[in-house]
Amino acid sequence: MIQVNGLTKDYGARRAIDNLTFDAEQGEIVGFLGPNGAGKTTTMRILTGYMPPTDGTATVAGYDVVEESLEVRKRVGYLPETVPLYNDMTALEYLKFMADLRRIPDAEERAYETLEGVNLKERANSYIGTFSKGMRQRVGLAQALIHRPEVLILDEPTIGLDPAQVVEMRNVIREIGKDRTVLLSTHILSEAQQICDRVLIINKGKIVTEDTPENLQSRLVGSQRVVIHVRGDSDGLNGKISKVKGVRTVESKSDGSVEFEFGAGEDARPQVAKAVIQAGYELLEMRPVGLSLEEIFLELTRDNANATGKKPS
Amino acid sequence: MRNIWIIAKREYNHYFISPIAYVVAFMILLTIGIIFTINILYFIQNSFQSFGQVPDVSPITGAFGFLLVLSVPAITMRLLADEARMGTLELLLTAPVRDYELVVGKWLGGFLFMLTILAVTLVYPLILNFGLVSPGIDQQLVMSSYLGVILVTASFLALGVGFSAVFTNQVAAFFVTLSAFVFLWWLIGFPGQVLQGSASEVFRYLDMKTHFYDALSAGSIKLSDLVYFFSLIALGLFTGTTAVEVRRWH
Repeated sequence: MIQVNGLTKDYGARRAIDNLTFDAEQGEIVGFLGPNGAGKTTTMRILTGYMPPTDGTATVAGYDVVEESLEVRKRVGYLPETVPLYNDMTALEYLKFMADLRRIPDAEERAYETLEGVNLKERANSYIGTFSKGMRQRVGLAQALIHRPEVLILDEPTIGLDPAQVVEMRNVIREIGKDRTVLLSTHILSEAQQICDRVLIINKGKIVTEDTPENLQSRLVGSQRVVIHVRGDSDGLNGKISKVKGVRTVESKSDGSVEFEFGAGEDARPQVAKAVIQAGYELLEMRPVGLSLEEIFLELTRDNANATGKKPS
Repeated sequence: MRNIWIIAKREYNHYFISPIAYVVAFMILLTIGIIFTINILYFIQNSFQSFGQVPDVSPITGAFGFLLVLSVPAITMRLLADEARMGTLELLLTAPVRDYELVVGKWLGGFLFMLTILAVTLVYPLILNFGLVSPGIDQQLVMSSYLGVILVTASFLALGVGFSAVFTNQVAAFFVTLSAFVFLWWLIGFPGQVLQGSASEVFRYLDMKTHFYDALSAGSIKLSDLVYFFSLIALGLFTGTTAVEVRRWH
């Protein structure tokens, strides 16, 4: 449904995306995971016909995004990161305006139906300017869905929502993704894991890796990190921990805590705890540290650099 | 064509909830009302000296030049600049709408709003015709003068939409548009008075005042004047469309 081949975009001298190649099938939810400035929005803007690429090709629903831009735009629903709403219109007026532009017969009826789909029917005649962030996001989603598009592109759909709204939005996306192609971007790893069938990790304009969330998780969790807090001074603790079998690295943090890492399958925590107590320290806390997105990128980009025989930067 | 109309309709409706639009309407209608009243009082007071003369529409339509130079930038400044600022331009540029349809639709919305204000001012020629002057005023002059006002409005709006597409900032769009109008209305004619020969002709032709006061507002409708105004409309809309296209590339 989406086919991207060697897509490149330059903003002046800066290369925003570099030779991206990927695809997405019908009924598949593909997550675009990456830090800010990785090139997620740029890719999405090219796929929605907003801007042409510098190089490479992309087809959406069988149409070229440059040559047949209008055909692509008819078949794509797009929710940009900054939800594009007119505050001076009611939700119904806004959706009717979009339905008219998309040549939908019975625009008003369709607008009502779509509002019902995002649980906003009772606020149909309220001005968008009076809506909460979550409601605005839902009106934006309704706008992307109004023409029942084959492909849905959502740029950070849950950003700025409260936890309950995030859950609700994820459910809506999962529902939509059953029979349509959804490409969504996020910088939250857990979100990608929960909604997506497949995840593309993008960094500095390049795809770092591409896999199902499950595979990605197991690939990444090759080691585990644990942080230790002791009462008082933690001087000399590093040496004690590093002697424990299975511990790979030990690091003192500025807040007085100590962080150590051990390989998967060789849980060193009981031995570390014993060693700490035997050395006379009062152990207050010992908890695992999840890999942050930045660390995952570091991990992945390091792998990448090693694979190509370069030194990590 | 349908997309142009849908966008124009939204834009037109938007003006009726926009404070700036009301300020513009108030300014135009108040000024025209005052000019009309003063003009009538003048004729009544000096009815002996002005024997044989009757009041006509020229003081009313004549004031429009100045009023449009000031008010059209306020009407056009937000048209595309605000869409870019609010992020809604991304919505329109990813909808199945051609760039020119968007620009022409915006222009048409503003044009219809200004036509609504102009329609209100028609009350003064009607008062003159049916209330004050017997057996009525020069109808042809009314028509050509109003055609002139409409063409100046349409040209200014097209140029304003063009500038609004270039700038993301409304204030920048306003001042650049205002400067362009001041140049086109007052300044560009000066070289025509100083220079001689064909150079002088060129500047005279570019001077919007000449086309308005010396031709349409004086009752003559010539092809060269119409070509002038239609060229400006085309130039403004072309600039706007190009600016939107350029925006896509950056």
